[in-house]
Amino acid sequence: MTGEIHAHLTRVTRVYPAVAGNPPVHALGPIDLELRRGEFFAIVGPSGCGKSTCMDVLAGLAPPSEGEVSFEGNPIRGSVPDGVGAVFQEDASFPWLTVWDNAAFGLRRQGVDAAEIRRRVEYALGFMGLRDFAQAYPAQLSGGMRQRVCIARTLVLQPRLILLDEPFGALDAQTRLLMGDELLRLWRETGATVLLITHALDEAAMLSDRVGAMSARPGRFLETLETGWPRDRDSSMLEGETFGHITGRLWQLLRSESQAAMGHHPDAAQGGTRREAG
Amino acid sequence: MTRLAWIRLAIVLGAFAALEWLVQSGRISTHTMIPPTRMVTELWAILASGELTGDITQTLGNVAIACLLSVTVGFVVGAGIHAIPRLRRALDPFLTTYYAVPFFVFYPLLVYIFGMNNLPMIAIGFMFAVVAMIINTLNGLDKIPRVYDKVARMHQMSRASMALRIQIPAAAPNLFTGLKLSVAYAFIGVIASEFILAPGGLGYAIAFAYDNFDNETMYALMLFILVLVTAINMTLHYLEQRLLRRQGF
Amino acid sequence: MSRSSVYAIDIALVVLGIVVVWQLLHMGAGDVAISSPAATALRAGELLLSDAFWPHAAETGLALFYALVIALMIGLGVGTLLGGHRLSGDVAEPILVALYSLPKITLYPVILLVFGLGLEAKVAFGAIHGVIPVTIFTMNAVKNINPVFLRTSRVLGMGPMQTATHILLPATLPEIVSGLRVGFSLTLLGVIIGELFASHRGMGFLVMRAIGTHDVTTMMAVTLLLAVAAVLIASLLLYIDNRLHRRV
Repeated sequence: MTGEIHAHLTRVTRVYPAVAGNPPVHALGPIDLELRRGEFFAIVGPSGCGKSTCMDVLAGLAPPSEGEVSFEGNPIRGSVPDGVGAVFQEDASFPWLTVWDNAAFGLRRQGVDAAEIRRRVEYALGFMGLRDFAQAYPAQLSGGMRQRVCIARTLVLQPRLILLDEPFGALDAQTRLLMGDELLRLWRETGATVLLITHALDEAAMLSDRVGAMSARPGRFLETLETGWPRDRDSSMLEGETFGHITGRLWQLLRSESQAAMGHHPDAAQGGTRREAG
Repeated sequence: MTRLAWIRLAIVLGAFAALEWLVQSGRISTHTMIPPTRMVTELWAILASGELTGDITQTLGNVAIACLLSVTVGFVVGAGIHAIPRLRRALDPFLTTYYAVPFFVFYPLLVYIFGMNNLPMIAIGFMFAVVAMIINTLNGLDKIPRVYDKVARMHQMSRASMALRIQIPAAAPNLFTGLKLSVAYAFIGVIASEFILAPGGLGYAIAFAYDNFDNETMYALMLFILVLVTAINMTLHYLEQRLLRRQGF
Repeated sequence: MSRSSVYAIDIALVVLGIVVVWQLLHMGAGDVAISSPAATALRAGELLLSDAFWPHAAETGLALFYALVIALMIGLGVGTLLGGHRLSGDVAEPILVALYSLPKITLYPVILLVFGLGLEAKVAFGAIHGVIPVTIFTMNAVKNINPVFLRTSRVLGMGPMQTATHILLPATLPEIVSGLRVGFSLTLLGVIIGELFASHRGMGFLVMRAIGTHDVTTMMAVTLLLAVAAVLIASLLLYIDNRLHRRV
C-alpha cells in the first residue's frame, strides 16, 4: 500500500429534490472520504443512511449536489469513469445469457477481440469457481453463484476501483463469510482498490483495512477505524480477540444511529419498530 | 409426452366420445348437433373439394395482417407510453378498461365507412389485439429490475444499445405473452367480424351454413377453427417454452 | 398542486384528446360516415329520455346480469375445486387457457340451436365468455394461498366453515375480483355479439337496426352509451380490485 490517494470525495452532499408535495430529502453528507490506492475500505451504517448514495456518487451514477468527487486525479461529474467497476446488492445477472455470456457482456460492448474475451472470461470464471457452470443459465444457480457471475462480469473489465454495494446482503451468513474470503482473494490478486458498502459489522471488520462508520440519515462519517489486519488474511480472523474489539467499537458507534434509523430515540425503552418515513 | 398431457388428451377424446354417444343414441337431436365423426368426415370432404380454400386463405391472411400490425404498433406505442410516466399514469385506467368496451359495435360503422372488404375486419382484429400487446409491453418494461439501469451505465452503454441488449431481452417473456394474446385476439376479432357481416371467410361460411340449415358444413367448419386455433396456440406455447424455459420463467 | 389534482387533469386531457380525434375524424369523413361528438352526445341524450330506448337497455342489462351471475357461480365452484386439487388443476389449466383464446363466436349457432332466439341464448353466450377467466383466476387464487394461513387456522382450531369464511375467502378475494373484472368485459362482449348477430332486442340490436336505416348518428350514440357504461362499470371494478390488492 503506497498511501497514494486513488479516489476522493470532498464535502460531498446529495439532496433528492422535492417530488409532488414531498419535501426534499437530504440523503448524504457533507462527507469527506479519501481512498488510498490498493486499500480495502468498508462503509457500515444503519439502513437508509446514504451508504448506497455515497457509492453511486463515487461511481458517477449520481452527481453530487455539492462538493467534489475525483478518481485518479480526474473529476467525476455524473458519468461513469473508465477503470471503475461495481457490483450491486440486487441480482443483476442477465437470465437470458449463459454464465459465460454474462461474464463476456462488458467486453463485447467494448469491442474487445474474441481471443482476448475468451482469455479474460476463462480466467474470471476459473477465479470465481464458475468454470463448470459456464454454459448454465443464472436461473439454474443459487443466489451466491449468481452474485459470483456479477463479480466475474466486473472482473473481466480489470477495474482499478471496485465498488461493492452490499453484494452479499441477500445471502445466508455462512455463504457470506465464504464469499468474503473470495473477495479478499480477488482483492489481493487484482491489486484493485475496493470499497465495500455493508450493514454487517462483522463483514466490515473482517474484510477491510479501514472501516468508516456512518451516521443515520443524512449520512456522515462518525469515525474511521484502522483494523491493522495483514494483507494476507481470511475469515479465520473471526476467532481472534481483535475482531471482537473492532466489531465492539463499531457497534458502540452505530447503536444509537441504528435506533434513530428505526424510529427510536437513542437509549429509549424497547418499543415498536416503526420505520422512518420516506 | 408427460403423464399430464396423456390425461389431458384422454379428457378431450373422452368429451368427443361422449358427444358421439349422445348424438348417436338420439339423446341429442341431429337437428342440434351432428356426431363428431361426421364432423371429421365432412371436414375432410370440404377440404378435399377445395371449395373453401379461398375463405381459409382470406381469414388467415386477415389474421396475419392484423397480428403483424398490432404486435409492431403495440410494441412501439407501449415503449413510448412507458417512457413518459405521466402519460402512462393517465392512460392506465383506459388501457385496463379497454376490453370492457365491446368493440364489435364499431364493426358495422367500419363496414359503412370502408365498404364490404377486408379492411374493417383487419381493423377490428387490430383494435382487439393491439391493446393486449401494449399492456404486455408495459408489463414487461415494468418488470425490468432497476439495477440493470445501473449495470448499463457502468458499462457506458448508449440508450439504443441498452434497449437492444438489456431491455428487450429482459422484457421478452412478457413480449411473448403479448404476441400470443395478439394472435388469439386477432383470430377472435377477424372471425367474429366475418360472422356478423362479411364478403367471405371462415366466420362468414359458418354463418352462411347456419342460415341455410346446413349443420354438416357448419359443424365441420367449427371443428376446423377449433383445431386450427388450438394448433397455433400450442405451437406458440411450445416456442415460448423453448425460448424461455432456460431463464427460469 | 397536489398529486391527485394533476392526475385528474391528466385524465381529463386524455378524454379531451379522444374527443378531438373523434371531431377530426368527423371533419375528415363527413356526416354520412362519422357523426360529430356533439351530435352524437345530443342523440344519446334524446335516447336516454325516450321511452323506446329503455326496454332495449334493460334487455341487455338483464342478459349481462344473468350471464355474470352464472359465470361467477360456475367459475367460483369449478375454480375452487381445481385449485384445491393439484393434479386436476395442472391438467385443466392448459385446457382452460386454450378455451380462453378460442374464437367462441363460432359456437354461437350451437347456442342458438339449443336455446333458440331470445334472452336465454344471449345469457348462455355471455356466460360462456365470462366463465373461463373467473375459473382461471379463482383456481390460481386457491392454489396460491399461503400455506401458513391454513396452518394458522389449524393451530387456532378453526372448523372448515370458519376457515372458508375467515381465511379462504379474504385471502382469495382480490384475485377473484380481478377474475370478475376480466370476466365482466368478456361477458359483455359475448352478450353484445349475441345481439349483433341474431336478436330482436337489446343495445346490439339497436346498433344493427340503425345501420340498416343508415342512421349513423343513432348508431354512434348507442355505441357511445354502451362504451361509457362499460368503462364506468369496469372502472368501479378496477377501483375495488386495486383497493383489495393494495391491502395484501
